[in-house]
Amino acid sequence: MSNSIDWAIVIADPRFQVLARRKTRFLWGLMAFSVAYYFALPIGAAYFQEIFRVRVWGVVNVGLLFALSEFVIAWVVAFYYSRIANRDFDRLAAEIVADVSTQTEA
Amino acid sequence: MKDQKTLFAALVSAFVALMIPVSVYADDAATGHYRWLTFGVFATVILLTMYITVVAARKVHSASDFYTAGGGITGLQNGWAIAGDYLSAASFLGIAGLISQYGYDGFMYSVGWLVAYITVLLLIAEPCRNIGKYTLADILAYRNDPKKMRVVGALSVITVSTFYLTAQMVGGGVLVKTLIGIDYDVSVIAVGVLMLVYVLFGGMVATTWVQIVKAILLVIASLAIVMLVWTPYGFSLPAFLADIVGDARVQAQVAKLLGDPAKAMSAAELGQRFLEPGLYLKAPIDQISLSLALVFGTAGMPHILMRFFTVPTAQDARKSVVWAMAIIGGFYVLTLFLGFGAAHLVGPATIASVDAGGNMAGPLLAQYIGGGPDSLWGNFMLAFVSAVAFATIVAVVAGLVLAAASAMAHDLWVGVVRSGEQVSAQQQINAARVATVLVGTTAIVIGIAAKGQNVASLVALAFAVAASANFPCVLLTLYWKRCNTQGVVAGMIVGTVTAVGLTLVSPNLTYPKLVRAAAHKILDAESQKRADIAASIASGNAAAIAKATQASAALDKAVRKATDDMAKVEGQETSFIGLEKPLFELKNPGVVSIPLGFLAVILFSLFTRDKRAAQMWDEVYARQITGIRVSRPTRH
Repeated sequence: MSNSIDWAIVIADPRFQVLARRKTRFLWGLMAFSVAYYFALPIGAAYFQEIFRVRVWGVVNVGLLFALSEFVIAWVVAFYYSRIANRDFDRLAAEIVADVSTQTEA
Repeated sequence: MKDQKTLFAALVSAFVALMIPVSVYADDAATGHYRWLTFGVFATVILLTMYITVVAARKVHSASDFYTAGGGITGLQNGWAIAGDYLSAASFLGIAGLISQYGYDGFMYSVGWLVAYITVLLLIAEPCRNIGKYTLADILAYRNDPKKMRVVGALSVITVSTFYLTAQMVGGGVLVKTLIGIDYDVSVIAVGVLMLVYVLFGGMVATTWVQIVKAILLVIASLAIVMLVWTPYGFSLPAFLADIVGDARVQAQVAKLLGDPAKAMSAAELGQRFLEPGLYLKAPIDQISLSLALVFGTAGMPHILMRFFTVPTAQDARKSVVWAMAIIGGFYVLTLFLGFGAAHLVGPATIASVDAGGNMAGPLLAQYIGGGPDSLWGNFMLAFVSAVAFATIVAVVAGLVLAAASAMAHDLWVGVVRSGEQVSAQQQINAARVATVLVGTTAIVIGIAAKGQNVASLVALAFAVAASANFPCVLLTLYWKRCNTQGVVAGMIVGTVTAVGLTLVSPNLTYPKLVRAAAHKILDAESQKRADIAASIASGNAAAIAKATQASAALDKAVRKATDDMAKVEGQETSFIGLEKPLFELKNPGVVSIPLGFLAVILFSLFTRDKRAAQMWDEVYARQITGIRVSRPTRH
């Protein structure tokens, strides 16, 4: 059954092109942001210790809040991605898959 | 029904056989006269996992059941199982320990372990679910030359698993020995045998549920301790941390870590320093190199990749990573309180006196919170945390063994040796079980052979190989049109060889000449220092005498260590591979080996031709993006 699908036709489908472009841009953008935000922590801890030491909330300093923010950002990224994927990507993919299935059965 | 009763009877007798040596060998290390309590809690946890195995064994009929639980795990279940697979003893006990000893740096270290899942979520989990079947090599073989992919993929999986497995077995043996006082060899065998029982009878079904149960127990134990630690402060973070900063034992620990510069600092400054970076991680490039290996290596870890084949769809794979991130991240936030709480309530020096690496911070805190070493609740808490730690080691080891066994049986035996032949379902599952016994026995043997070795760097090496070889190959196979067989073969070889090679010439190894030189320096300076100390004492000044007495004790300790070091490298001239000094200055090779792995895939793909990889691109691309699920193509 798998060999009966013409994958070139699936890829040529304009809806596939839209999905692929949006997905790629969104995923790599989010990935670049996450990696940059994460590496700001070890780099900051090594080269910007003066800023990390500034106390903002009792004994709690910038460094601790920044480290805690890494967790929040990671969760927000995960949540945001799955929202967009559940809402947009899955719907577009389902349309294309449905067409491919009818095409295969025909 | 009858089979099940026999199996359960067999498991119970295996359990009894296991507990007899445990009770014979146990000394009064951690539990004193409450030993019965420890065994009771351990027995309950182990019997619970045995029960799971018996129920799971009913469901394992095919290779698919054995490797991936038939793809019938839900997203939520898989999320807990990933957390259970990932939160090894190193993160459960190790990070809390690091925080209790070094404060801020320990907490910072935990962040990378969570961020790693962003890579998994965004780039790897869903396409892998859409393309793979049981193993990492399945993904590569879908597009590239199947036989070559199965060979390099399986070799890389076995390499990574062996490094990680060795670290887990040795770490586990030491830990069980410290926690309940049984002999190291017996601990390793106990971990190995239990793991073999789960995997052999229950396959991925049992492994998954053991991981889920362990993750739940771990979260319950940590939450309970954190509640008890934090309640007195009305759940205020600054109030809690103010107490840490003001703690005399914490201040003494910082003074010890800083050495001379600490003399000019006030007590308050010393305490505050515990919440600032730089007490543990002193070489920024090394830290960044390790972070790279973590953030990209997790996505190439075979036992983590394998978990995505246990769910039915890409949506479930996505859901499982999001759940895993919530659980893992939440757990690391709790370790902040476990670590600082242990530093404050137990004291950094006390923790280090039981285990130099600080691994006992969590268990000792549990004991303190429950009422101390002589109380029933204190010992119950200690026993509970110890049992969870034990379950942790077994669950992680089970996942690793399953990954290595699937590479051997599914990739090498079915895919290469018996390639093109019809292999029946029964033969496949038998092969999987034989491979499990082989891998499991090897793990036990290596665990015993590596007794006393420093294996901490092996975990970092496992992540470095996964990030430098597996990650570039999987990522480029899925996302790059030009990627092909030669590129992946080159990437696997270059990534693995550079990561392992650079580690072999790194400062992780012992260099006898350098050790001797450092020891000589201390011994040569000894007489001058002794003279200075004698002069200070003779001066009659009370403050000078106090200082001199301290200096004298420190000097005694340094001289003892130098003499020990000299004895250890006696008669040796070069490191294990014949070097006098390290050729590569970083402890973690990631910053060099990861780019080289990518470069190898890219260059070899660009300069070679591979018809199949080019033809399959449309299909891989379409499936990767849409998740179209169809039966697998015919064997080539």
